[in-house]
Amino acid sequence: MGLTITEKIIASKARVKNVSPGQIHDVPVDIAYIHDNNGPIALQQFSRLPKAKVWDPDKVYFVLDHHSPSTTFRAAQHHRNIRDFAKQYGCHLIDVGRGVSHSVMAEDGVPRPGKILVGTDSHSVGLGTFGCLSTGIGSTEMASVLATGKIWLKVPETVKVVLEGKMPFGIGAKDVALLILKHFGPCFLNYMAIEFTGPLLDSLTIEERMTITIMGLEMGVKNALMPVDEKLLTKLGTTRDNEEIITADSDARYISEVHFDVSNLQPMLATPGLPTNGTDVSKAEGTEIQQATLGSCSGAFYHDLEQAARILAGRKVHPGVRFVIVPNSSRVILEAASTGIIQTLMEAGAIISSPSCGTCAGYEVGCLASGEVCISTTTRNMDGRMGAGGKIYLASAYTVAASAVAGHITDPRILLGGEVDA
Amino acid sequence: MPKNNTENRLVTWSHLWKVGDNISTDHILPSRFMTQVEPYELAANCMAGCVPQFSSRILQGDVLAAGENLGYGSSREQAPQALKYAGVSAVIAKSFARIFYRNCFNVGIPAIVCPAFVEESSEGDLIEVNLEVGLIYNETLGKSYEFTKPPEFMLTYIKLGGLIPYLEEQMSKA
Repeated sequence: MGLTITEKIIASKARVKNVSPGQIHDVPVDIAYIHDNNGPIALQQFSRLPKAKVWDPDKVYFVLDHHSPSTTFRAAQHHRNIRDFAKQYGCHLIDVGRGVSHSVMAEDGVPRPGKILVGTDSHSVGLGTFGCLSTGIGSTEMASVLATGKIWLKVPETVKVVLEGKMPFGIGAKDVALLILKHFGPCFLNYMAIEFTGPLLDSLTIEERMTITIMGLEMGVKNALMPVDEKLLTKLGTTRDNEEIITADSDARYISEVHFDVSNLQPMLATPGLPTNGTDVSKAEGTEIQQATLGSCSGAFYHDLEQAARILAGRKVHPGVRFVIVPNSSRVILEAASTGIIQTLMEAGAIISSPSCGTCAGYEVGCLASGEVCISTTTRNMDGRMGAGGKIYLASAYTVAASAVAGHITDPRILLGGEVDA
Repeated sequence: MPKNNTENRLVTWSHLWKVGDNISTDHILPSRFMTQVEPYELAANCMAGCVPQFSSRILQGDVLAAGENLGYGSSREQAPQALKYAGVSAVIAKSFARIFYRNCFNVGIPAIVCPAFVEESSEGDLIEVNLEVGLIYNETLGKSYEFTKPPEFMLTYIKLGGLIPYLEEQMSKA
């Protein structure tokens, strides 16, 4: 019986010929990355190990992205402690202002095919877009990784997801993600690996693919993988020969295989409570909003700002709505500035904030008051996520921007000059 | 008499707290508390997103039972730490989100998968947990429930108080 990509990576790292789901293996970690939300406790726990040193500082990245730039006095102190630690041991430091760890790590070409990455953020699964096994861990476990360079992994079952069809007009990668989430629900894929494949991937940029893999976490996955293709290698500035590209065996065993054809996909929403509460936008058409947000590792790439600008060009954000845009990296802002997108967005009345995790969990940017409603491209919409009593709908940048203009949730395709075929 | 009355009882005579499905780490410790690191702060805000005044009502050693997917969402370890510092001695669920599950053991709280127990037990029930044997006894119902024991090394984490003491022991042996 053949192996899936995840099984092959674990087998190769554990130096065993074969693995099967359920086995536990110790594996060496290739890259560890730690953010300022979980870093403070990781450092606290690390300091409890009397003789510990960082196992390989060159493989360790600290990213200050959650409370960035320092949003409270407390955060400033945590940042200082992290900077001091990184300096003391010679680890990489990606300081405030650069952006969300996953997007920045991707831009810097840190994730490489065939590697094992662990991050203190649950959305670390998104770097599996680069053909590596990338997963989220907690602070104490990160302290252990820093000291030992190893982690135990249970070999997961793998689900194969085949994405087919052509992206319809006015539909974004976030709509595709919300469709998949609706199908599997919040815990159906707990402990499992998900392997994406299919012709739709060819038409998606690396960032659009990340939008989908990052959202995979909301179904409980251990890791999410996408195949390595020429587009990815070009993005990394590398060639096939220089990378450890791992492909699934033709007789690999998958626990299930699910196909999604997006050709007739309507704009999606996840209604408040769970990111997996998928429904068509028409079901909530007219729901009044007080805030619209582009943000997070999954929802504030250049393509998200570009989609919003297509809607906002020559229009104004509704006076009853604050449209908060927190791009996920400084390079996104620079690129959007050079193409005039920032100007379009700001002229329409949008607020551009510095790159960070910001509004996704109400980290002192774009919070909601009780009773307020927000439509957002961010990752989660659990109750209270942006402030107690606030309600969050998740949607694509097209739908978020169109709703910001209308003052209520609406289908973006009309403002894009198309027709609604629902 | 409880059927699991051995030397290896982990949790003795605890009251049960019960919550539903998909209780996320945002419910257990909302984001607004995420710069907090001190035990007393985390304890004070435990379950702030779903159970009012949890920290002032819980008794030391109580057990939390939940439906499917306990600890959904964010990797924040402050969630199980808050439970630990608030006094929760074990969490029992129909299923767990994977990072939360690992985090529980890493900070020294046993996370037990036992759907039948969760289904049949009620808030306030008096219970006892035996991790070594893999048994929960519900005194109120007079009924025992078996669960699959976690791997041996994870039981050692619990005995020693978490991953860090375990690692300290390993490193001192090396």
